[in-house]
Amino acid sequence: MNQSHDNLALQAVGLTKIYGSGHTEVIAVRDVAVEVCKGEIVALLGPSGAGKTTLLTLLGLIRPPNTGQISIDGILVFNNHQAQVDIRRFRRQKFGFVFQKANLIPFLTAVENVRLAMEIDDQPVRTSRRRAMELLEYLGVAERAQNLPSMLSGGEQQRVAVARALANRPSLILADEPTAALDSVRGRQVMELFRKVAHEQNAGVIVVTHDHRALDVFDRTLEMEDGILRQQQKGN
Amino acid sequence: MNLATKDIRHNLGRFSLTALGIGLLLMVVMGMGGIYRGLVQEATLIVDRIGADLWVVQKNTRGPFAELSRIPRDLADRALVVPGVETSYGFISYTIQRSYKGKPLRLTIQGLDWPADSGLWLPISAGRSLGQAHYELVADNSSALKVGDKLALGKDVFTIVGLTKNLTSPSGDSMAFMTLTDAQAVQFDFSPESIRIERTARVNRLFNIELGQIQPQLSEKAGGLNSGIPALGTSMISVVLVTVKSGWNPAAVAKQIEAWPDVSVYTEDGQKQLLLKGFVDRSRKQLGLFRVLLIIVSAVIMALILYTLTLDKLHDIAMLKLIGARNSVILGLIMQQALLLGSIGFCIAYLLGQWIFPFFPRRVVLINSDLYMLAVIVLVISILASLLGIYRAMRADPGEVLS
Ligand SMILES: Nc1ncnc2c1ncn2[C@@H]1O[C@H](COP(=O)(O)OP(=O)(O)OP(=O)(O)O)[C@@H](O)[C@H]1O
Ligand SMILES: [Mg+2]
Repeated sequence: MNQSHDNLALQAVGLTKIYGSGHTEVIAVRDVAVEVCKGEIVALLGPSGAGKTTLLTLLGLIRPPNTGQISIDGILVFNNHQAQVDIRRFRRQKFGFVFQKANLIPFLTAVENVRLAMEIDDQPVRTSRRRAMELLEYLGVAERAQNLPSMLSGGEQQRVAVARALANRPSLILADEPTAALDSVRGRQVMELFRKVAHEQNAGVIVVTHDHRALDVFDRTLEMEDGILRQQQKGN
Repeated sequence: MNLATKDIRHNLGRFSLTALGIGLLLMVVMGMGGIYRGLVQEATLIVDRIGADLWVVQKNTRGPFAELSRIPRDLADRALVVPGVETSYGFISYTIQRSYKGKPLRLTIQGLDWPADSGLWLPISAGRSLGQAHYELVADNSSALKVGDKLALGKDVFTIVGLTKNLTSPSGDSMAFMTLTDAQAVQFDFSPESIRIERTARVNRLFNIELGQIQPQLSEKAGGLNSGIPALGTSMISVVLVTVKSGWNPAAVAKQIEAWPDVSVYTEDGQKQLLLKGFVDRSRKQLGLFRVLLIIVSAVIMALILYTLTLDKLHDIAMLKLIGARNSVILGLIMQQALLLGSIGFCIAYLLGQWIFPFFPRRVVLINSDLYMLAVIVLVISILASLLGIYRAMRADPGEVLS
């Protein structure tokens, strides 16, 4: 990993996250350091309760770490638990999120769900409309654009969610078990899609997964156990 | 893209029902305010309509509406000679409850000083005013009587010759107008048996005193007609209505009549104040209190509704936060729905009210200023009620989406 600093999408050092206090204290993430380059797709593996999701919420600026520094695109965002920038703005402009469930807004159609990500970032309606349709086409769900999420299959919903995550051309895409609800063929398609996005759009991608059959898609895998990022190894 | 309306369209049925519920609640608030106004208007309506400058009543009473007042009929003639007095009519007012076609019929009978006063001032909506000295009645449309109906009162049968529109007494009973003499006949209607008993009692009383023993022939008179006995006065009336000549100050004329030791005098305004401050005061305060309570209840209910609407969307709100939506987006979603709910509720209340209020047993008067006031209150309630939901939404943790 001899990437230069300005090629780093994400850099974090000394990350610790403690839930609760006293008797019920859980150290979910312990002193983790992680770097992800632009255009790189990384798998995050580990047993249940290892702290993968927690790490993702820290890296995604969803929850503050207790200690450690997080920099996105070379900008220091968290110094310990203190936010250095407007993290909401960072989330909408620099991040794309995909989860186990699609989590689409139920009262918006597929295309509106994608547009929403752009409109909350004040992008003009005409641009957002065009780009939303382009993305749905890119993901092969254009013909479902006007349907509400409840009328889409799980796989279609997940692809719309991916389209939403890509809408603002994020520097980083964070995905938490995005294929858990899909069959292996569809799951692999989504993983390959992430790889394509990482390489084509030059975004850093971190995917939490339990699916070891799809590991060949990744540039690198990270393994977590008991809150510790144990090893960083090159993928195949 | 407006999230508030998109969400509403998605949950249209539930939103409509909620709006309808709030609308019904606001209709009750509106109706309560309208009844309050109606009460005040009704209370002073008859005073307004009669338009007398001065009301001469029995000494120290607050008659004729707020309490009973009894004065002799010839007081009207006495008043007429006071300088400055233009007209002076006797007037009688009392309430009866009879049964008509199997239903209770409450009428506040007003006796007019026929022929000087034939009720030309009445707001006649059908038929005509009084045309003869006896057996005619002008009733109010709220009484369910129709022109041509016959109504037995006392020993006579009255024909309804005309209808007035919305003339009710301060206590909400329909008014009915007849000549003063008829009104007295109805009021002092005694059965033949009670007259016979009274006459016998008179004869007995006569023999118990010296006069009866030295003048036994008097027993014939005592057992006869009331009008044949000078010791018995004519029937009483309630009030003398005085109008003052133009150019004369009613207060000055009132002062002169007031100097008589047997009467009290009220100006038109004084008479209205008697009714508002005394007669309907407690109902007025009660209604006012109800109005305030209902507004508080509406506010609490709206807050709960908006809170649960927010709870239902908490996951989506957390998701919105997670993908970086500003707080204003979430605030707008909740606040806009609150305002929409409030304003739609208000419109439903108004439209339903227009339709239902006329069927209310008491008059409901919607005054524009009251409606504007209620609209502002609903606006404030909507905003306040959404605060609870907004508070909850602001505390929603975007991290919950992942767990
Ligand atoms: N909100 C929370 N409050 C308290 N403890 C929590 C919370 N979220 C997670 N934990 C604890 O932190 C530890 C790590 O949880 P985390 O969800 O990050 O694991 P994970 O690796 O994502 O597991 P899985 O594969 O089952 O999703 C667990 O012991 C969990 O019980
Ligand atoms: Mg997890």
